Amino acid sequence: MTDTVKTEERYNISVKNCNLFYGDFQALKSINMEIAENEVTALIGPSGCGKSTFLKTLNRMNDLVDGCKITGEFKLGSLDIYGKDTDINLLRKNVGMVFQKPNPFPMSIFDNIAFAPRTFGIKKKAELDEIVEQSLVKASIWDEVKDRLKKSALGMSGGQQQRLCIARSLAASPKVLLMDEPTSALDPISTGKIEELMDELKKEYTIVIVTHNMQQATRVSDKTAFFLLGEVIEFGKTEDIFVNPIDKRTENYITGRFG
Amino acid sequence: MRKINRHKSQIALYSSLKWISRICTAVSLVSLLAVVLYVLINGVDKLSIQLLFGEYGKYPSILPAFVGTLELVAVATIIAVPIGVASAIFLVEYTNNKSKIVKYIRVATETLAGIPSIVYGLFGYLVFVVLFGWGYSLLGGGLTLAIMILPVIVRSTEESLLAVPDGFREGAYALGTSKVRTIFKVVLPSASGGIVTAIILAIGRVVSESAVLILTIGMVVNKMPVSVMSPGTSLALDIYYFASYGYPDEAAATAVVLLIFVMILNLLATLVGKLLKKGTGEK
Repeated sequence: MTDTVKTEERYNISVKNCNLFYGDFQALKSINMEIAENEVTALIGPSGCGKSTFLKTLNRMNDLVDGCKITGEFKLGSLDIYGKDTDINLLRKNVGMVFQKPNPFPMSIFDNIAFAPRTFGIKKKAELDEIVEQSLVKASIWDEVKDRLKKSALGMSGGQQQRLCIARSLAASPKVLLMDEPTSALDPISTGKIEELMDELKKEYTIVIVTHNMQQATRVSDKTAFFLLGEVIEFGKTEDIFVNPIDKRTENYITGRFG
Repeated sequence: MRKINRHKSQIALYSSLKWISRICTAVSLVSLLAVVLYVLINGVDKLSIQLLFGEYGKYPSILPAFVGTLELVAVATIIAVPIGVASAIFLVEYTNNKSKIVKYIRVATETLAGIPSIVYGLFGYLVFVVLFGWGYSLLGGGLTLAIMILPVIVRSTEESLLAVPDGFREGAYALGTSKVRTIFKVVLPSASGGIVTAIILAIGRVVSESAVLILTIGMVVNKMPVSVMSPGTSLALDIYYFASYGYPDEAAATAVVLLIFVMILNLLATLVGKLLKKGTGEK
């Protein structure tokens, strides 16, 4: 049943000729990208190359930035992301985001996870209980926190907080998950756990991850895009990018000879 | 050689600075203690049932002042808290922090907070007593106090809101939460400790204010106020009255009452702040 539902609605992302300006500064230059469903797409590149900015165009978080102007065509399945009639809150519910710094709300673990379902009108305790458990299980943190759901989320370790934030996004039942350097503030063990998690999650979600860690990109992603100075230099299968880069600049960057 | 000497002199400088700061802390602590002890020692034995709860007749009573103080607190907070908190929310959440207008508003609020209270008193007198023709009234006094504490509430609420990490807001928006819901469910609960503390401290200012009230509520110490339109008195005004008109013992006793009142308020502020901070994690 679920399979037939899934094939009806597509949740691939298609970006055509995206240009983004912060005031006079052009942060993104005519970017085209097809992000496939049920794959992990990694965005790599040096700091300030626009990869995080690009990520944020996909759930319109750039709308919050003053003087930010975006042109181009953004499609999520058949939905026009920047369409006039597009409900921005519904879009963000469908396109979840995990931030670089874990940002659990200062409330209980349960309330953190139940936050999005409550926002979208689910009030029954039994229903919320189920969503909370499912989300925490999916984020593989259920066993660690099931006995202290009423405790503050701020008392958890950084790695747990980040998985909690992933669970919080999943509770909104998104179709796409955007991750902005989700492990850069975490220790190697927590990082490993989150990478394993991504492999599991891509079966259900379209995942886009920004990372500074080249090994991470090779480990978790199916496709990789290399950003430089607001442009996509190369985009393709991760193996191809890392084994046989076409562009000299890509090669220099991934081999650490950048400059 | 010269380098090592400089190093030594720096250590001496640091340790002397440390001692100076210790002495300063001691001085401020001791002076606070001295005031509290002086007021208590002088006043506690002069407290009497007649003074606290009696009717004002042959012997003075501070019961009218109690009622007056409570009415003033009620009027001032009912008016100033919603307006102040709402303005702060507007300034922090709905305006661009760097815009010129916000900067001007901020400078204006800070200036307002720095105006001597007697000036507010004069304003209240001219507007409520004279222009509106209310005469001396607790309502006029309460409204003047509301204007006086408004900038304090706006500024400290703003600080509490600004202290809420942007990550909370981003996290909520990224889950598809509307701005209003984000403010009420995430931002305000996180800031509530600071906001409540600010409100209680503002109440403390209302309770201890006297200059404004001399000009607006009339210092009628011997009559129980019938309504908010009645003239009246407050605890702080009673102290002034008793001390100026030949009741030094009563002044000392009233000072004890006022001091305890303010100390309870401060304690409450700390306590509520702590509780709310804790409460953000528990259900």
